[in-house]
Formats: sequence, C-alpha cells, structure tokens
Amino acid sequence: MAVRDYIRQRFFPHLWCPGCGHGIVMNGLIRAIDHMAIPKNDIVMVSGIGCSSRITGYVDVHTLHTLHGRALAFAAGVKLSRPELRVIVPMGDGDALSIGGNHFIHAARRNMDITAIVMNNRIYGMTGGQFSPLSGSGTQASTAPFGNIDPAFDVVSLAKAAGAGFVARSTTYHVTEMIDLLKQAISHRGFSVVEILSQCPTYFGKHNGMESAVDMMENFRKNTKSLGKIPEGYSEDKVLRGVFVNENRPEYCQEYERIIASAMKGET
Amino acid sequence: MTESLAFMQGNEVCVEAALYAGLDFFAGYPITPSTEIAEHLARRLPSIGGKYIQMEDEIASVCAIVGASLTGHKVMTATSGPGFSLMQEGLGFAVMAEIPMVLVNVQRGGPSTGLPTGPAQGDVMQARWGTHGDHAMIVLTASGHQDLFSVTVEAFNLAETYRTPVILLLDEVVGHMRERVMIPEKNQIPVIDRLRTSVKAGVDYHPYLPREDGRLPMSDFGGEHRYNVTGLYHDMWGFPSTNPKVVHGLIRHLTDKIRHHAMEISRVKEYHLEDARTVMISYGSSARSALHVVNHRRARGERIGLLELQTLWPFPYSLVAEKCENARLIVVVEMNLGQMLLQVKRAVRHPDRVMLANRVDGVLITPSDIQSILRLIQGKGV
Repeated sequence: MAVRDYIRQRFFPHLWCPGCGHGIVMNGLIRAIDHMAIPKNDIVMVSGIGCSSRITGYVDVHTLHTLHGRALAFAAGVKLSRPELRVIVPMGDGDALSIGGNHFIHAARRNMDITAIVMNNRIYGMTGGQFSPLSGSGTQASTAPFGNIDPAFDVVSLAKAAGAGFVARSTTYHVTEMIDLLKQAISHRGFSVVEILSQCPTYFGKHNGMESAVDMMENFRKNTKSLGKIPEGYSEDKVLRGVFVNENRPEYCQEYERIIASAMKGET
Repeated sequence: MTESLAFMQGNEVCVEAALYAGLDFFAGYPITPSTEIAEHLARRLPSIGGKYIQMEDEIASVCAIVGASLTGHKVMTATSGPGFSLMQEGLGFAVMAEIPMVLVNVQRGGPSTGLPTGPAQGDVMQARWGTHGDHAMIVLTASGHQDLFSVTVEAFNLAETYRTPVILLLDEVVGHMRERVMIPEKNQIPVIDRLRTSVKAGVDYHPYLPREDGRLPMSDFGGEHRYNVTGLYHDMWGFPSTNPKVVHGLIRHLTDKIRHHAMEISRVKEYHLEDARTVMISYGSSARSALHVVNHRRARGERIGLLELQTLWPFPYSLVAEKCENARLIVVVEMNLGQMLLQVKRAVRHPDRVMLANRVDGVLITPSDIQSILRLIQGKGV
C-alpha cells in the first residue's frame, strides 16, 4: 500500500511545526508497518500527551490517545486483553521518561509484547519549550533561563537495565536504518524500545542556537555513530545507533496463558 | 450455575457478583481495605479464562482497564482512599472517552493515608467531584451482602448501558464483614451486555455520534472499525476538536445521558416511611445501625422510618423531597462531617429540620450512638 493509505487524510494538515522531526518518524513507522504487511485492523496505536502523541490521530489503525505519561499502562490493558493485536506506543521524551518513567520501567520489566517508540527531541514542545529529563545539563530552555542543571537519562541504558528484550536507537536523519529498527522492534516478541532522536527547531533549536531543522539533522549525522562501524579501541564521544539488546525473554501474555491453563486444571 | 448459599466477606461478595455480571479483566494494586478483591480475582479470573494483572500503581491500574474495555471486555479495578485519589485522572478519561468500567473504592478514613483499617464514608464528594471538570458520575453503595451482590451487578449494567465509569463506593465494614449471601442462579438477576454497532465493515462508523436515545453503540478495538479515542474534546469520529459547538454538544451529552436517567439509576430502600415523622437517611454500613434504631423505636410506637440510599450519585433530590414531605425531623446518618447532609438539605422543603448523626473517629457508628444523638435532638437528654 502507499503511505497515504495509512493516513487519515480527513484530519490533515497535521499540527507539527515546519521542520519538526515527528512527521519523519510517522512516515518511517508507516513504511515499517507496510513492509511487514500487518493488516491495519490488527494494529492498536496508543499514545500519551505531547506533540509526538498526536501521531495516533493521523494513522488509520485503532488509535487511543490517552493521558500524559500513561500510554504504556493503557497499552498493557489492550495487549493483555487481546494478545493477538500488535500494540505500538509512540511517546515523547517527557511523556515516556518523566511523568511516564515508572510505567516505562515496569513495562520493560514485565516484558509484554509492546513496541515503545521514544521520539526524543529533548524538550517539551507542546507547552512551549521547557526542559525535559532528556535535555541534559548545559542546555537552555524556557524553564532553564540560566542553563539547565538537570542531568539526562540515557534511554538505552535505562530500558536495558529495566529488562526490555529489544533496545535500539536511531535518528530522523537515518531514515532507512530507523525503518529497519522499527521492523525488528515490532517483530520482536517482548517489550521493545526504539529511541529516535528527533529535531524540534521551534523550541530546542531556538533555545540552543540551532534554528535550522537541516542543521539539527546534520548534527544527528555528525554526532552519532552506528554500533556496527565502531573500530577496536573506539573512544570518541558520539551517540551510538543500532540494536543494543535483542534477547528472547518470557513474554508476559504467553506466560499468563500458562497461568490460565493451570488455573483451569484447578492446580494451585 | 445454580443458586447457592455462602458465608463470605463483602469484598468476596463483590468479586462473585462482578464475575456473575461478566467481569473478565481486572487490573489493580494492593491497598487496605480493598486488597481481598484483588486476591480473590487473581485466583478466580484465570480459572474462567479471564485476565488479572497487578500494575505498578493505581494510576496504571485504571488506565489498563480502560484499554481492556476498549477491546470489548467487562473490566474493574478496586482501591481505597489514596489509590482512589490517584485514579481520578484515569476516571476522568473514562468519562470523556465514554468507557464502560467499574471502580470499587472500599473507603477508609482520610485524608491522606488516614486510617487504613478504620471505617469511614468520607469519599462521597470525591466520588462525585474528584476528577476535574464538569461531569456526571454514577456512584452506588450497599449496606449488606445480598444487596452488595445485586448492586455490583447493577454497576456493570449501568456502565454498559450509559457507556460510563461507575463507582462502587463501599466502606471498610461492608468490605470486611462476613455474613450470609445467596448467590443467585444464572439469569436470576439481569445482566446487560455491551451494545455493539451494527454498522458494516467499510461503512463510515461514527463512534461518538449518539443515537436518538442517547446511546452509543461500540466497536471493539481489533474489529472492523478503526477509530480514534481521546481524552480531548472530540467530534463524532473521536478526533480532537476545539469547535465551540462540538465542545458544548459533548459536555451536554456527557452530563445529560446520566442526568436525564437519574430516576432509572436511583436505587433506594424504604423502611417504615409511610407515616414517619422522623426520617433517617443513610447508606452503607451506617444504614445498618440506623435500621436497627428504626426497628427498635418502631416497636415502641414511634413513627420513625429509614430511607437507605444505594445510589449516592446522581442524588435522588425529588425522591428525597417526597419522602421527607411530612417529616418533622430528618436525620442523616453517615461517617463523615456531613457530605450527604448537604444534599439532603438541598433536596427538602425545610432544610432547618435536617440534622446530622455521625461519627468520624474510625469506629463504626453504632445504634446506641444514633440513639444518643436522637435523644439529644429530641430534647430527651443523653
């Protein structure tokens, strides 16, 4: 199918600013779904609140636009109640890891077959440019007029430590890689996390001297490196891209089927 | 399922009734005094092929049941004071997105951590107004196990009928008390299932366009109709809208669908009200003590009666006014500082005749407490 066949054109134009990276992520996600030929009726997309979370309105699958930070909790209810559905949860960085931080680590620990996409633009865009737990110290934001002293999470390390079965990172510059990682994440049986660095020229860029979306994407190219291309003794301080974890762990819904089987036999 | 006699705790009665009503998905988080609901369901649900999940907190619990309701399941969560506070955000989402679900709050003493093991009825107003914004809410309660069974089934029926969350507001005494209960046969109490759309695949389905009777047939997530569900004001497709006409239409629909059916939703029990000059109004475990007092005084010839509320919200204003029409004295018995008292005063013709008999020290209000208060009010000394 063409990308437009996955779009609810009735609801366009979308609300993202010119230069925003989130449209690139949506496009990549649709292409990943299309390559995998997953029927639209089999997909439930659940999101929280923020710029990123508006994806759900535009994509023609079953969509649930929920509360700030809570998307993964709603998604758990959808998935466990109907495990045959594919559940994809696009989130922003503040949504996923600040207000939703607890739900995020527990979703990773539980290892339910859900794909979480963290669209990391390092800022709260919807509310006008406040720093997020992924902005990092030294950045500027409307709520850090004298510079940010809040250190950032590393999404990959956090997801890994919390027990996610699949953890990957890409950027809006590396679109073909992003599509490939999203396909792997959606295919993975267990909780999968894909962090996608996305540009917000309107707020993060404006506050941090990068008002051009093109420059911001160029920085993704310059400042990141693919895991597969790291030579022996590599010591540069670049953000790494690729698959960091890919392990099969017991998946929650499958485990629960075992519980049902023993409960029905009257075992305790 | 045949009728069977049981002797069990209120929390367990709630579980059995929920299963009778078709519950097949529960998400929760342990909290006294509601924990037994989760414990029983953790065992009972998988044995009938249903699902139980213990979430990371109460916020996640209410969110998870909303997700499961959308795939077509009958869902419930259970909590107490602090957890109820945490659930308010998700509860509001369910109001806005019109999600059928049942939320049990086995009340403890508050505010804050309060009295985890002590009875209180201090969440009456929070149940009505805890989530932000104008909204309607259905809140039910019961004072004994046989009623608790039917009220719990009714909670599910109302949730499905009106596409709304329903709160079952129990208290610690009812939750933990053990007494006999007759578990009815299948079909003895009507069970209402979800109204699903008859719109065929490929035809434009409007998930949020009410029918003429105000009802909204649903389509399960994973089914033929793909639509959007949001906590924002939304149009008939479920797509966010700030159009003043759409916003006004939706808030009116959300409140009217309950308000216009207040009489059908109202459940009360009447004891000796026909000629009562003193009317007591109570609910939950307080009503047990009030009934004891009524029976005792009736035996001595006093014209006293009890109106027991099982529907707390929408509050049955006109019914209360009617039942209190000939009363010289109206006594509201409750374990809070007068939350229902205010409603009764609003309802009756002579608000100055409405008095409060209460207890707020973490101990059940007893018949002798009520007797003392009545003697004082009636000028008979203590």
